Amino acid sequence: MSETTGERRYAISLTVNGTVREATVPARRLLSDCLRHELGLTGTHVGCEHGVCGCCTVLLDGEPVRSCLTFAVTVDGREITTVEGLAGPGGELSPVQRAFTECHALQCGFCTPGFLCTVTALLRDNPAPTEDEVLEGISGNLCRCTGYQNIVKAVHRAAELTAEAEGGAA
Amino acid sequence: MKPSPFDYHAPRELGEALEVLAGTAPHGKVLAGGQSLIPMLNMRLAAPSHLVDINRVAELDALSVETGGVRVGALARHAAVERSPAVAAVQPLLPAALRLVAHPVIRNRGTVVGSLVHADPSAELPAVLAVLGGTVRLARHGAPERDVPAEAFFTGPLESAIEPDELAVSAFFPAPPPRTGTAFQEVARRHGDYAMAGAAAVVTLDEDLRIASARVACVSAGPVPVVLDLSEVCARRPAASADWEAVAAAVRDGVDPDDDIHATARYRRHLTGVLAERALRVAAAEAERVADGRAAVRMSEGVDDGVNHGANGAGEDSE
Repeated sequence: MSETTGERRYAISLTVNGTVREATVPARRLLSDCLRHELGLTGTHVGCEHGVCGCCTVLLDGEPVRSCLTFAVTVDGREITTVEGLAGPGGELSPVQRAFTECHALQCGFCTPGFLCTVTALLRDNPAPTEDEVLEGISGNLCRCTGYQNIVKAVHRAAELTAEAEGGAA
Repeated sequence: MKPSPFDYHAPRELGEALEVLAGTAPHGKVLAGGQSLIPMLNMRLAAPSHLVDINRVAELDALSVETGGVRVGALARHAAVERSPAVAAVQPLLPAALRLVAHPVIRNRGTVVGSLVHADPSAELPAVLAVLGGTVRLARHGAPERDVPAEAFFTGPLESAIEPDELAVSAFFPAPPPRTGTAFQEVARRHGDYAMAGAAAVVTLDEDLRIASARVACVSAGPVPVVLDLSEVCARRPAASADWEAVAAAVRDGVDPDDDIHATARYRRHLTGVLAERALRVAAAEAERVADGRAAVRMSEGVDDGVNHGANGAGEDSE
């Protein structure tokens, strides 16, 4: 990353995947670049960098947003969850991650972090989505490999896995 | 694909934001949701020397619902407005149109007022404000706020009446009058894309359930949302016997779309006629349901006019 000499930098603090992280960034640093370059969290992928592909989707205070359409300084003090934060404390895959594996919902994997974040929030808000709700929910994420069929299957499977886990815990 | 450098301002209060805007005009740009502005910055289609980030101005994160309508503050995100049952009850056209705006993830961040200020003639919300006869409230340092009606607000593609030192603090979407239905219909190449053509419709019936007023605002049909009053063509007939072909013809004659890579002007004109007719029919049917519901309520409970009736339209997506 080349920097313009003399460009003012801002000290910011983000809670990323439950850990407080500090960074010093110019105002124009995109959240996606801040996560990848300043914080070393390269799980967040950058595809189109203008909000079309959805690869850079992260959770901002729990809500999925495009990290390439958000300045890091704007979200100073907020909570971010990236794909690195989706697994459980012992590293066990989340229901959404397990479903993507089981259903073969990824091939090259470039779009997968964005899908995982989007679907995690989708199922939290709507634990048993209809087919149409799944299609609407993932409509902002592009995948060039799978043809989406297995991704849609995985969303339904993740809903089942979550329901089973909660049923088992109850 | 990275923005040019800019001086960053992060005011915490409205007065401070207005002072900064006054001090940086005409080189300042306001950042709210950023879902249109940041792509333009990333691609360097825009390179303002000052960016005024209003995301910390808590007083702008407001959404107030009154019987007269819905006032949406500059920081109210699409998703918050879309999901508000109170908004749907007072003005169901707002959630119906919001479901067509980009994708859910974009709607988590983008703002309603930001979309109006962006003034894209292909966007849904400018058409909604235009067809409802809403207003945008503009604030400026050292001056009283002013309310600009939609017809004066949209001045050209991506151009509005807002001055460089002004901030759009809220927008007002009026509630529909009694016996009124609304609908939004559009066609896009892919779900979430800007529509090739579309129309927001508002139909009001008289006491005998004949069409008293019919208006549409067409998207992607001109430099600004094209508002057409089709009341005369509907000729005070009930929806079932209105001359809908004449209505579609009047819409086709009333718009002047351009060719682009997505569609020819001729196709857009045809499509606008079809979609406007469809939106008006759905809106008229909705108005009949609303009127029926009110009549039934009046008979059974003796409730008089003036009660909130928009809930009849809630959840009725126009797709």
